Amino acid sequence: MHPVRRQRLLLVLFIVVFSSVAIGLMAYALRANINLFYPPSQIVSGEAPVNTRIRAGGCVRPGSVERSKTTLETRFSLTDGVVDFPVVYSGILPDLFAEGEAAVVNGSLNKERVFVATEVLAKHDEEYMPPEVAEAMSQSGGDHDETCGGMAYGS
Amino acid sequence: MASWQWFHRLGSPRWFYEKTGGWLPWLTAVALVLLVLGTVWGLAFSPEDFKQGNSYRIIYIHVPAAFLALAGYYIMAVCGAVGLIWRMKLAFMVMKSAAPIGAGLTFVSLVTGAIWGKPTWGTWWAWDARITSMLILFFLYLGIMALQSAFQNREAADKASAILALVGTVNIPIIYKSVDWWYTLHQPATLKLTSAPTIHASMLYPLLTMVVAFYVFYAVVLLLYTRHEILRRESRTGWVRELIAKEGGL
Repeated sequence: MHPVRRQRLLLVLFIVVFSSVAIGLMAYALRANINLFYPPSQIVSGEAPVNTRIRAGGCVRPGSVERSKTTLETRFSLTDGVVDFPVVYSGILPDLFAEGEAAVVNGSLNKERVFVATEVLAKHDEEYMPPEVAEAMSQSGGDHDETCGGMAYGS
Repeated sequence: MASWQWFHRLGSPRWFYEKTGGWLPWLTAVALVLLVLGTVWGLAFSPEDFKQGNSYRIIYIHVPAAFLALAGYYIMAVCGAVGLIWRMKLAFMVMKSAAPIGAGLTFVSLVTGAIWGKPTWGTWWAWDARITSMLILFFLYLGIMALQSAFQNREAADKASAILALVGTVNIPIIYKSVDWWYTLHQPATLKLTSAPTIHASMLYPLLTMVVAFYVFYAVVLLLYTRHEILRRESRTGWVRELIAKEGGL
């Protein structure tokens, strides 16, 4: 390779490597802010601030959803499989909200450390299959509705 | 030095223009067949999803568009690097042509994602790492297009946009890994390099057809843009004048 071109090649590599390192360090320093939501472990451990608008996320614990008979109020727990915290929400839930599915809630923790949500988003998983296959899987002991799949929220 | 000769010939706009002219009808035919096949298969014949029903079918546009938005960025950046190192005119022309196509594909994946997000998540938009980094990709493409038209001097425009394209490459692995590195609303990848896809085969094959269709479609559009750019930049050369005289234009 011609020396001039070799020098330009090194310059190009320099640009790519150093801009990547710079942006990588920035992303690393801001990693907590890049997360869209607090995982259950940080809500329970008290790392998440109280009375501040935050988002939290986790798996809707199967059997924890209680719907009020007279109002739109819904209570449920979000879990990471180890710890969980209660959420209360008044409003219409998205269609894909269900027990054993992941959800992201937007709101704040009150003094009793109950998450008062003003918005609930369903977090879809990466699995796609026809209804017959899902049916067959649940009959053959597949635990499709029991857990939120390979969810790892740092607990 | 002889071993580099093929590479330098590849850099000749005239050679490229004459070669690709013959490929275009074939590529266009393949792209059309695959697009029609994938669309009909995906929208009409693949089964409903067990949770989302029919709304998942937007995946047949969303995922291929997002794939090509990322792959197209690497094509643009590699062309920028080749242009900077070897001062190859053709590489800069391909780089310039890749920007508007990439911007269009990024826009399509953002819009289809929002349309899917409203019924699935319950919101059009969330500032999570995947969606935000995809928006940054859109602005990078727009930035390259803006730099190209901001300079009077062609060489300065090409060098500046090549450097921006190279700096922006860091965003591609960030987009790709964002769903694994951070807690996001967007789900992790369904089609993975290292493990089996988490989509049933009856839905996977039309999706793969659409991905291949988008790759061929991308090639067709990139060739068309690049050929247009070649004619514009080489309009004063003898071979382009001859070509125009032969076609009876102007």
